Amino acid sequence: MSAGGFWAMGHYGAYVWPCYGLALAVLGWNVWSARRHHERARVRAQRALAMLDTNS
Amino acid sequence: MWTWFYRLASPPFIYRRSAKLTPWFMTVAAICIVYGIVDGLAFAPPDYQQGDAFRIIYVHVPAAWMSLFCYTTLAVAGAIGLIWRIKMAYAAAAATAPIGASMTLLALVTGSLWGRPMWGTYWAWDPRLTSELILLFLYVGVMSLRSAFEDPARGDRAAALLSIVGVVNVPIIHYSVVWWNSLHQGATVAKIGKPSIASSMLWPLLAMFVGFMCFYAAVLCMRLRGEVLSRERQSAWVREAIK
Repeated sequence: MSAGGFWAMGHYGAYVWPCYGLALAVLGWNVWSARRHHERARVRAQRALAMLDTNS
Repeated sequence: MWTWFYRLASPPFIYRRSAKLTPWFMTVAAICIVYGIVDGLAFAPPDYQQGDAFRIIYVHVPAAWMSLFCYTTLAVAGAIGLIWRIKMAYAAAAATAPIGASMTLLALVTGSLWGRPMWGTYWAWDPRLTSELILLFLYVGVMSLRSAFEDPARGDRAAALLSIVGVVNVPIIHYSVVWWNSLHQGATVAKIGKPSIASSMLWPLLAMFVGFMCFYAAVLCMRLRGEVLSRERQSAWVREAIK
């Protein structure tokens, strides 16, 4: 298959490529969102522990 | 076996074990997904009826499978939380919901993009499509309900109840193509007997299944760490863990 034929996907390229692009975006969002969730929780936990130390 | 079960209820155990498991799951997921995409896009032969449009199944089918798997996990975790009052089960449910919702959205959009050239429309109120859309609403409902309560414990219980009630939709989605007249094609891989798909098309699909499952496990571990820290932020062990 030529490069042009591969990208055209038998005239279905306009449907096939957005699906793969969206799939990669969803996978990427999941990783980014999970990391951000953990980082935010870590900062909140640090603040909570710092407040405990201040009060004691 | 029960010792292992009880250890799963321990927040520090979950937090540390999740950190160790994440890279392993993510590595297997990356290998399987890269293999599945390359083999599915470049080497699997075109379908004799659908041509190259059939290649959408390599992201659509695993996403749809994960949408059902994640919701079932949500309901099982909710039931464990309600029956045994295990807080980590609620944490697992909270970590699973956004992953499942994103997979459901992916399944709906990729299905819609496949439907346009095959059925001539992006959307039809077909039993399979409609029940999958209801699944997305259930995910949104479960996540909204959890965050609607000031008391997180009440939010967890309410979300668990809704996820258990909503799990009735999972067999409806799966059997919708059997019970009702549907535009959607019937089971191809999960058939009793032999799958009705050529092995050259099946291998990349199986790789994508394994890849998506491992990806779910990796992201679940990452999200669980955040959930555990949020819920246990005033516990003594957290001080050591976040140094």
